[in-house]
Formats: sequence, C-alpha cells, structure tokens
Amino acid sequence: MRTLDGLTVESPGVTVPTPAAEPGAAAGIGRWWRRFARSKGAVFGLAVFLAIVVMAVFAGVLAPYDPLTQGVGAPLEKPSLAHWAGTDSFGRDMLSRIIYGARIALIVGIVAVLLALVAGVTLGLVAGYYGGVLDAVIMRVMDALFAFPIIILAIAMMAIMGFGVTNVIIAVGVGFIAPFARVTRGDVLAVKEEPYIEAARLAGIGNLPIIFRHVLPNVLAPIIVQGALRVSGAIITEAGLSFLGLGPPPPTPVWGSMIAEGRNFIVMAPHISTIPGVALMLTVVGLNLFGDGLRDTLDPRLRR
Amino acid sequence: MAPLLEVRDLVKHFPLDGGMLTRLLPGRPGRVVHAVDGVSFVVEPGETLGLVGESGCGKTTTSRLILRAIEPTAGRIFFEAQEITGLSPAELLPFRRKAQIVFQDPYTSLNPRMTVERIVGEPILVHRLVASGELRARVRTLLEMVGLQSEHAARYPHELSGGQRQRVGIARALGLGPRLIVADEAVSALDVSVRSQILNLMTALRERLHLSYLFVSHDLSVIRFVSHRVAVMYLGRLAEVAPADELFKRPLHPYTQALMAAIPTIGDGRASIFDQPERLLEGELPNPIDLPRGCRFAGRCPFRFDRCAEAEPELKEVETGHTVACYLYE
Repeated sequence: MRTLDGLTVESPGVTVPTPAAEPGAAAGIGRWWRRFARSKGAVFGLAVFLAIVVMAVFAGVLAPYDPLTQGVGAPLEKPSLAHWAGTDSFGRDMLSRIIYGARIALIVGIVAVLLALVAGVTLGLVAGYYGGVLDAVIMRVMDALFAFPIIILAIAMMAIMGFGVTNVIIAVGVGFIAPFARVTRGDVLAVKEEPYIEAARLAGIGNLPIIFRHVLPNVLAPIIVQGALRVSGAIITEAGLSFLGLGPPPPTPVWGSMIAEGRNFIVMAPHISTIPGVALMLTVVGLNLFGDGLRDTLDPRLRR
Repeated sequence: MAPLLEVRDLVKHFPLDGGMLTRLLPGRPGRVVHAVDGVSFVVEPGETLGLVGESGCGKTTTSRLILRAIEPTAGRIFFEAQEITGLSPAELLPFRRKAQIVFQDPYTSLNPRMTVERIVGEPILVHRLVASGELRARVRTLLEMVGLQSEHAARYPHELSGGQRQRVGIARALGLGPRLIVADEAVSALDVSVRSQILNLMTALRERLHLSYLFVSHDLSVIRFVSHRVAVMYLGRLAEVAPADELFKRPLHPYTQALMAAIPTIGDGRASIFDQPERLLEGELPNPIDLPRGCRFAGRCPFRFDRCAEAEPELKEVETGHTVACYLYE
C-alpha cells in the first residue's frame, strides 16, 4: 500500500527491480560491437574502410609525391623502392595518385549516398505515411528511376550539366534515390500501423512530429544499412563514369580514369591498370563486408 | 446531470474494396462490412461502462469511432454536450485532452525508441500543459500515480515488464488530464496476476481523478469486476444494456443468457467463454457483409419466432435502466 497525495494505490507485489547496470548508449554500442566482431568479414571490411578513410584524410601527408607533377620518375617505371606502385606514362607517381584517388572515391561515394539518402528517405516517408495519390505518384517516379540504368542516367546528366566532381556526385546521387525511397516506404507502411502511432495521433500530436519523432527513428536501422551498402555501389559507378571519360577531367587522380589510361600500356606496364583496379576492388569488397556486418547486427528483421 | 459521452445511432460500414476495376464498373452496388450498425449509449461522469462481445462484434471499432480515430459512416457523438462529429483536427484538440485511450498490447503501444519520460511527457509538452521546466516533475508525479518509480523514467520500454509497460500507457493517457478513458482490452494481454493489479489501479484512479471508463473487453469476469453498467454487443448492435449486478443476475436477451450460461462455474472462473467457442452457441455467426433480415441473432436463438425474421428489434427499456433488444419482452 502506498499513499500518493491522497490516493491509496493498492499495488501488492509491485516490486521494481533495479537494473544491474544502467544500459546507456555506451553499453548499447558495446553490445553491438560484440555481435559485430563475431563476423571476421565484417571486421576486415571495417579495417579496409578505415584504411581508405585514413588514406583520404591524410593524403597530403601519406603521398610521397605530388600526384599531378609529371616526371618525378621515368615514364612507365615498374614498381620499385622509389615508386612503390611504379609511374604512369607521364612519369607521375602511381602510389600518390592512388592515395589521392581514394579521397575522390570516398567523397563521391559518401556525399552521393548522403544526397540520395536524404532525398529518398524524405520521399519514402511522405509516400508511406500519407499514402493515396501522393504515394502512387512518388513511387511510380521512383520505379521509372529504378528501371533506368544508373550509368546511362549519369551519362545523360553529365552531358547536360558538364563534367566535374560535383556533377558526378549529383548524377550518382540522383541515380541512388529510388532504393532509399523504397526501403523507407516499406518500413513506414509497417510502422504507421503500430498502436504507438495511433496513441500519438489520439494525443493530438501533428503529422510532422509523428513522422520525425515516432516513424523515422523506427525505420532508421535498415536505412543506415542500405546507406553503407550503397557507398560501394556509388564508388563503382563513379569509377565506371571516369573509366568512360565522364568523370572529373584529367589530370585529376581518379581510379577509373587511371585504369582507362593504363589500357594503352597493358602489355608494357600492366601495373598502371591493375594497381588502381585492386584498390577499387578492395574498397568495394571491404565496404560490402562492412555493410553486411551492419545489416546483420542492426536490422532487427535479419537478427539471429 | 448531462452525460459525459453520448453516442447516437453510430454506424460504421467498411467498404469492401474491390480494387480499381470494380469501382469503375457502373451499376455494381458497393458491398460493405457492417462493423457498427446503429449503436446508441451514454457514459455518465465517474461511471465505467463495460462493452462486451465476441471477437469481430464491433466493440473495438466502436471505441475507435468515439475517439474519432476513424470516421463514422453515420451517427453523432457528443462529449460534455458538445458534438464531436464533424470537428476539424484543430477543433478536436481540447477533446483529445479529455478523452484518452489505453491499448491492449503493452508491447506495441509504446514507441521502442523513446524513454518512458519522453513517452509520458510528449503529449503534455505538445499541449503545453506545463512549462518545460516543470515537465520532469509532472512526469514523475504521473509515474508515481500509476505505481512506478521515478527511476523508471530513464528506461526504454523493452527494459520493463508487461505490467509496468501498461502502467506507462496509463500514465501517458492520464498526462493530459482526461475525463474519459477508453480501455480497449486493456488487461487482456496481461498475466492473470498482473491483470488484477492493473484493474485495481484503474479503479483507484477512477475514484481519485473522477474518471469515466469505456471498458471494452471480451472477458466477462473483467467486465463484471470493473463495470457499473454493461452493454452487450452482437454483430455491430447492442443486444442489452443494464447495470452490471442486474445483468449478471438476470440476463434478459437470449444472447446474454447464452454468454452467462457459458461462464465456467468450476475452476478459477477467469477463463472466458470466447476461448471455448464450442461451448458458446449452436450455429454460425452470420456474415457481417450479408446480414440476414430481421434480428441478427435469430439464426442462433433458441427462442426465435416468426416476428424475429421480419424486422430488427430496437433497444427497449424493460425495467429502469435495463434495456434489451428482443421481441420476447415486448
């Protein structure tokens, strides 16, 4: 029996167990990490991803030569102690160009995905929550976008807007909106039927606060996973565009155009194409493994 | 004294959506599910009205209609003598404060990404009922009122037991200072031992805060425990409304009688008749899409006679406060 300002609440046996440890954010991350670390692939992927990030951030310190200066070595030099990854046809240091190339690959990959994520999630939230005609219109546009090959879409956009890193980002970003919109809408459709959404509505809470405070946090995990997995796709798309000569114009050090340049010397100096190719492959595989690890540990539907 | 809530001839038909093609075809009558089909009742201040019936009889739909969570097909709802039907969302805000809901499932009715403090505090904040500096204190008071402690405020729903979660749900509803709480199967998902605690809590809160409840349940023992008056619902219509004691002592409608007869007399008395459909009644529940003419219970009624097939009986007062929709009493 407890007396609470005048009210006698009979609540026998209502014992409130004190939790052993207050599970704050730090404990949550610790628990997540233990699950994440169980997968060797995921940890490898994270390591590769971090290595690329370090390369990109400290490119100025790590690169032994300026990536744009020609003739720092003889043209088409094989890998050596002076030039670990050899030199290209202009005598530029390949290792330095690859390190700087990581910067562009990462910037394009992450910024394009963020762009696609913000736009796609917004459209998905609106379509899923409001439904009806709005939903039909948004999702049909997304279907059209999804059916369109990203490379073709990007080529068309670059033809209109011109070349340059910013335009590559916009082109790849637009091409990646549809999957985010779809994933978000699907989860919103499920979440908006939950009783806590009805409770919020019956408490007189408006649609926008419901969307941002109640719906969005409950659909976020698969979106983050989707984002991590799409970064590698964006990097590949950027490399593909650059390979086709639609990326940032030369002499910008970009993996895709480095691979393309090396084609002419593939017999004499195979390292010019293969080393940037390996860098690209490692990055993509690493990001995919990391994304898979995130999916297995963050997406509750796939949790074991 | 004016009733707190008055419902007049409430109707909700759910259209059977045949898809775009059937809607475009001319001359096809739209088929509908008669979920609620002309329901009228009142809830007095401080009263608990129990609404009992089988699954699919329309009791949950009725509770959602009253709160304007879904729009009625027809009928009027009055709250504190003000008509609620037809109000815009903005005009509804004062009503939202005064009429709240407690849900059946304590596991899905709380946002898993919010702490208890935010769950209980959010409606209060949205309606600007206290200054933001006093919100914490207000939430603590509410938590204590429902038998929780202030250290629960920082927890997430998954760290609480079912009974504790249901207390959070009650605290959230109380935060806006409601006059009416619609409890939709509020204890049905709880363990038997926890169930009685929550029922005791709700009864105590009713007395202290002068609340009224519309208590929706399929469980006769729960309804008997909490209700002042009971309304028995069958296929979208009220079959009988009477004070709880009276109804359980002298059920008049053949359907109510069948319900009472099927309450287990041996054992703990808690098992509901609806858990054992084979003991319920002979015959099938009619399809709420194609309802038979006349009394909708006639097909299963042991006392049916010619008149039952002709027209639907209306609720008539047989004794003071005891109304029944059956030709046997006319």
